[in-house]
Amino acid sequence: MTTDPTLAIEATGLVKSFGDTTAVDGVDLAVRRGSVYGVLGPNGAGKTTTIRMLATLLRPDAGSARVLGHDIVSEADAVRGLVSLTGQLASVDEDLTGRENLILLGRLLGLKRAHAKDRAAELLDAFGLADAAGRLVKNYSGGMRRRLDIAASIVVTPELMFLDEPTTGLDPRSRNQVWDIIRALVAEGTTILLCTQYLDEADQLADGIAVIDHGRVIAEGTPGQLKASVGSGALHVRLLDPEQRPEAERVLSRELGSVHLEPDPAALSVACPDGNRAAEAVAELARADVRIAQFSLDQPSLDEVFLALTGHTAEESEATAIEEEQAV
Amino acid sequence: MSAVPIADEAALRQALASTPRPPRPSAMSAALTFGWRGMLKVKHVPEQLLDVTITPVMFVLMFTYLFGGAIAGSTGEYLDYILPGILVMSVLFTTVYSGVALNTDLTKGVVDRFRSLPIWKPAPLVGSLLGDSVRYVIAGTVIMVLGVVLGFRPEAGVGGMVAALALVVVFAFGLSWVFTTLGLLLRSPNAVMNAGFMGIFPLTFLSNVFVDPATLPAGLEEFVEVNPISILATASRGLMEGNAEGGDIAIVLATAAVLTAVFAPLTTRLYRTKG
Repeated sequence: MTTDPTLAIEATGLVKSFGDTTAVDGVDLAVRRGSVYGVLGPNGAGKTTTIRMLATLLRPDAGSARVLGHDIVSEADAVRGLVSLTGQLASVDEDLTGRENLILLGRLLGLKRAHAKDRAAELLDAFGLADAAGRLVKNYSGGMRRRLDIAASIVVTPELMFLDEPTTGLDPRSRNQVWDIIRALVAEGTTILLCTQYLDEADQLADGIAVIDHGRVIAEGTPGQLKASVGSGALHVRLLDPEQRPEAERVLSRELGSVHLEPDPAALSVACPDGNRAAEAVAELARADVRIAQFSLDQPSLDEVFLALTGHTAEESEATAIEEEQAV
Repeated sequence: MSAVPIADEAALRQALASTPRPPRPSAMSAALTFGWRGMLKVKHVPEQLLDVTITPVMFVLMFTYLFGGAIAGSTGEYLDYILPGILVMSVLFTTVYSGVALNTDLTKGVVDRFRSLPIWKPAPLVGSLLGDSVRYVIAGTVIMVLGVVLGFRPEAGVGGMVAALALVVVFAFGLSWVFTTLGLLLRSPNAVMNAGFMGIFPLTFLSNVFVDPATLPAGLEEFVEVNPISILATASRGLMEGNAEGGDIAIVLATAAVLTAVFAPLTTRLYRTKG
């Protein structure tokens, strides 16, 4: 494999099987230094296995990869010296306090005792955990645990960070906080490989996205390109007066096409390729004297991306992945 | 930026500004840091110490007063015989928990972080066993203090008792590696506990910990004589009474060394490659 110095990750044909299940089935990735690269897919698609191979926790059965110029098998220790991993299970010790976790990591990375303590205090402050510093992590909320987890990953600044579903299970407020931290990390020049189930998250943070399903990359591109390939999100409209729904349906189907009537008698939705067309359609409604209570334009969901790319939904893919797992 | 900042931006930016990577810690420093982690757990979950303190106390009291008269004629005489034996048994039983603890650790995400660090590979294991050794010392000390309270007065005094405890702890360190290997091979903490005690329980009872092997049927007596746990108990009694044989001590140390040499690399490899 030729090494391109502008790439942080260069993977070719990675394969990993567990028993009869092939979790990763020939994954290629090229991630530029300093970028955020999203790996998007449902549960069981092979995201975590891919990340674990790149972080040197699993040995690939076939294929090869270089991380920051080092082979993940023959130079695993060099890779470990440059990356850090925030796993899907929070990678912190629940039986220790937040402060102790960070000091522990600092010491293991080679910081002197006093320096490790200072660094822990600094990170706890910056991540809004100073008040909880002396509490056991098992008593932390999900959001606090995630922040501590990310703090633990940057005790010593890594060149590349693996983030495995950093916001799964978090409430919207905590999720925004984690996103802020990730953006700040990127601004400092850290390369990030981000696994996620949420198109929204990849869209917000990533420069490039690979969609994976059943252990294979099925699409790759910028968030914009991917969404364009899917076509559309949907325009949702809710009316003040349900009586006007037939009129609204007539206007919207003329403007945008086939309209879906929601169970709510005042609501309807319609597939919509872009924001400008949506705005025009809403303006048409107003011109026709249809009174609107609220309207919104949502992104295509991961399910819609999957449906467009594979002809089946993410949930179906997840179900077959789980069946395959259970068949082992 | 979100509407709910987690902290002031300046602090965040300051914290994210590059902290240069220091040289890797030495093998010793990494292992001791993991030992410190073990100590912190004892501090935060003091219940863990109950099993290593209450059980030995129960054993000493039960065996001395229940069986002492029947086995040795008087409780006082039996105490002299059994106290070093109970010391061996309690500390060796505690080693099973090292495997259980490791298995429990594996189900948590923190192991992934340890494995992705550029440190001396056996450090997490050596460190946690060093931490466990402190528990062994605590268990042993409890028993000997209780023995003295009940009237145990060995010839070699405190020095002999400390020497015996040191020998038992070294052997326990070697034996722990067998259970950490089990801890990585078996599926659940419970399975480790069951398998561990299935091995250590008969081995301990088929030794001279409780009874003089001369009273046993021939085949059994021979087995008991070569059982390393018998030799450890004999050496501990010898150290406490001031008449230990160098040969016994050498066999105990050699057994610990062999167990470590075989099972420590095995444990380390399993720890690296597992899952």
